[in-house]
Amino acid sequence: MLGLLTGFIQELREAGIPVSMVEAIDAAEALRFTNLGDRQAFKATLGSTLVKNARHYEAFETAFEVHFALLRPAPGEGVDDVAPAGLTRQSAQQGGSGGGGEADLEALMQALIRALSEGDQGLLRAVARQSVGRLAGMERGRPVGGTYYLYRTLRRLDIDRVLERLLEAAAESPELTPLEERLLREEYEERIEDFREEVRAEIRRRLVADRGREAVAKTLRRPLLEDTDLMHASREELAMLGQVIHPLTRKLAARLAQRRRRGRRGRLDFRRTVRSSLSTGGVPMEPQFRTSRPTKPEVFLLCDISGSMATFARFALQFVYAMSGQFSKLRSFVFVDALDEVTGFFEAGAAFELALERVSREAEVVWLDGHSDYGHALAQFWERYGGDLTPRSTVIVTGDARNNYRDARGDVMVGIAAASRAVYWLNPEPTTYWDTGDSVMSALGAHCDGVFEVRNLRQLEAFVEELALPLRRTGGLRKQWKPAEFT
Amino acid sequence: MTVQGLQSPAEVKEGLRLVDYLADDRIAQVVFLADRLGKPILVEGPAGVGKTELAKALAAVAGRKLIRLQCYEGLDESKALYEWNYKKQLLRIQADEGAAWSALEENIFSEEFLLARPLLEAIRSPDPVVLLIDEIDRVEVETEALMLEVLSDFQVSIPELGTVVAATQPLVVLTSNNTRELSEALKRRCLFLHIGYPSIEREKEILLARVEGLSDHLADQVARLVRSVRNLQLRKPPSVSESIDWARTLLALGIDEVEAGAVEGTLHVLLKYQDDIDKVSRDLSSAPADTMGT
Repeated sequence: MLGLLTGFIQELREAGIPVSMVEAIDAAEALRFTNLGDRQAFKATLGSTLVKNARHYEAFETAFEVHFALLRPAPGEGVDDVAPAGLTRQSAQQGGSGGGGEADLEALMQALIRALSEGDQGLLRAVARQSVGRLAGMERGRPVGGTYYLYRTLRRLDIDRVLERLLEAAAESPELTPLEERLLREEYEERIEDFREEVRAEIRRRLVADRGREAVAKTLRRPLLEDTDLMHASREELAMLGQVIHPLTRKLAARLAQRRRRGRRGRLDFRRTVRSSLSTGGVPMEPQFRTSRPTKPEVFLLCDISGSMATFARFALQFVYAMSGQFSKLRSFVFVDALDEVTGFFEAGAAFELALERVSREAEVVWLDGHSDYGHALAQFWERYGGDLTPRSTVIVTGDARNNYRDARGDVMVGIAAASRAVYWLNPEPTTYWDTGDSVMSALGAHCDGVFEVRNLRQLEAFVEELALPLRRTGGLRKQWKPAEFT
Repeated sequence: MTVQGLQSPAEVKEGLRLVDYLADDRIAQVVFLADRLGKPILVEGPAGVGKTELAKALAAVAGRKLIRLQCYEGLDESKALYEWNYKKQLLRIQADEGAAWSALEENIFSEEFLLARPLLEAIRSPDPVVLLIDEIDRVEVETEALMLEVLSDFQVSIPELGTVVAATQPLVVLTSNNTRELSEALKRRCLFLHIGYPSIEREKEILLARVEGLSDHLADQVARLVRSVRNLQLRKPPSVSESIDWARTLLALGIDEVEAGAVEGTLHVLLKYQDDIDKVSRDLSSAPADTMGT
């Protein structure tokens, strides 16, 4: 048991979840009071002792499922006897290339639909098992990922049609208000998602039985959400990121508000000190201070929205706008090879998604050929909006600085930097890629006050936190990377 | 020092159910472990899912007194741990005028002049208690450190007096709304329990347990609708306590069928922002087919 536990903790650490020695000991201690026969209790025990952050729970679940995969019903046997009545037992061709006759398939479909409409978890699990056994066509030792089997199983079941069939069946009962119909639909969708999850678990179980847990754990290991590379995130990950941004910004705002309040004391207020000393007979017992009102920075955000940078720009916009309360003024611009102001689209109260849509539809960002041209875009910014820059403005440019071998216009950058308080550049590419190929990072970055590698949410959050802090007299962020040192 | 009658997770669950707190298996398991291991539980989750209720229910189940420390920004030692009763000390000094200072000093720094604040009170209590430290994420990181000694060793060190060790071990529940990251040191000492929104079935049970006279049918509808509303992108999704309030409202108004038109006037009970109310009522009244994406 102990070996199994340390192996699991190792797995968690590899997945990026910090597990301390004390927590490991706690887990071992807690297992003494846990009914090991109860899988859910076992999982709850490990979860509460080893994982102390809700955001890490998903990674924990994946690791748990793989590491403690149920090995008992081995592939190809013992599948049918767990099936409740109603799942007709056919002579399934096991291990073949997705066997099972048409009649067999129909029976499975029937069972699936019944399980879904009644919300019967047990039946759902049994159907998932059978489906994988019969339809996935898994072969021992075949080097194919789990996704392939998942796709194959669900396609054979025609999962997209299942929802329609469920709703058709529901529509037959007469007294269904539109509202009820809608609720029903959402619940069916959720259950279908459960079913997918069951199928996935079953495939994983069989893969583990076939290849061993280390191999499977390795393929399933994904970076934690806050470390996901924004440029290469899958659609699912993007949706999840979109959801966590909001709570993240709220936390950040709360943290900043707290810091602001704490750093409130300013210089000695001589007049008020003397005034209050009168009540103590002229002895200045309590010095009074001027309350300093920290100025909030004024932000100009310039985002490259050409193909490769669009996702990143989206997150930068979303994050900075969610934090807009922290800035005295926030103006945003988007560009490809021409630049356009989009501040109006993001006015208070506008839904962010709609605003983004308008940006992609209405903003005029193409000048010649729609390939990034930082030089031209920056020159346009300088020409049209340069006059609005004041010593209080902070300019943030996001993009990979890949200029398609055009003129980088470092001279414009010098002007912008001189007219504003600070210019920061956020680059979503890894530092090692900078200045390779057509990247003009040093040429432009040399005039910035700071160039930051921002590849994931964690880095973005750290940058915005620094940015939104009250202005300090020394001014500016500490430089992370000076281009001059590189060349 | 375990609570009588909580010999297994199943008994914990049953016990909590008797005081109208419907725990799921995970909650029951973690509570059971906390009791066995003598470790605090750190409960995290959105507002209004029953984090504080859990502590109250635990106190009721175990038949213990609940001592509550409500955290807020600016909470300090003298509010959380203990404070010397200056006025009483001053009186003492005046009454003993002429006494030797060393005798006096010993005298005025004794337990008699100590004002126990929640943490010390929980530790000194002769009967075991349930200590609730509510919304721990509101205090500054520095203040958090004050609690570490209490949480891991169940003792409080008072420089003038020595160390006060717990006579009985309290069952500690900390809650957090997750507005900031808590320190590693604190997390390490606790069992972590995340409570999210309940499933439809559990929420329905909660409604039935908490709202007297609610019909099974209406509870079902409320639970399903609330779950649907939570899926919309809202500024503040309705919590369990709000869905309970809403069910009470519907009951009081004599509405026994949740329909788009009938409920619109009561949405302000469920939702706390005008934007959200507009969004939901628009969403509910539109035809089901076109509101559904995939």
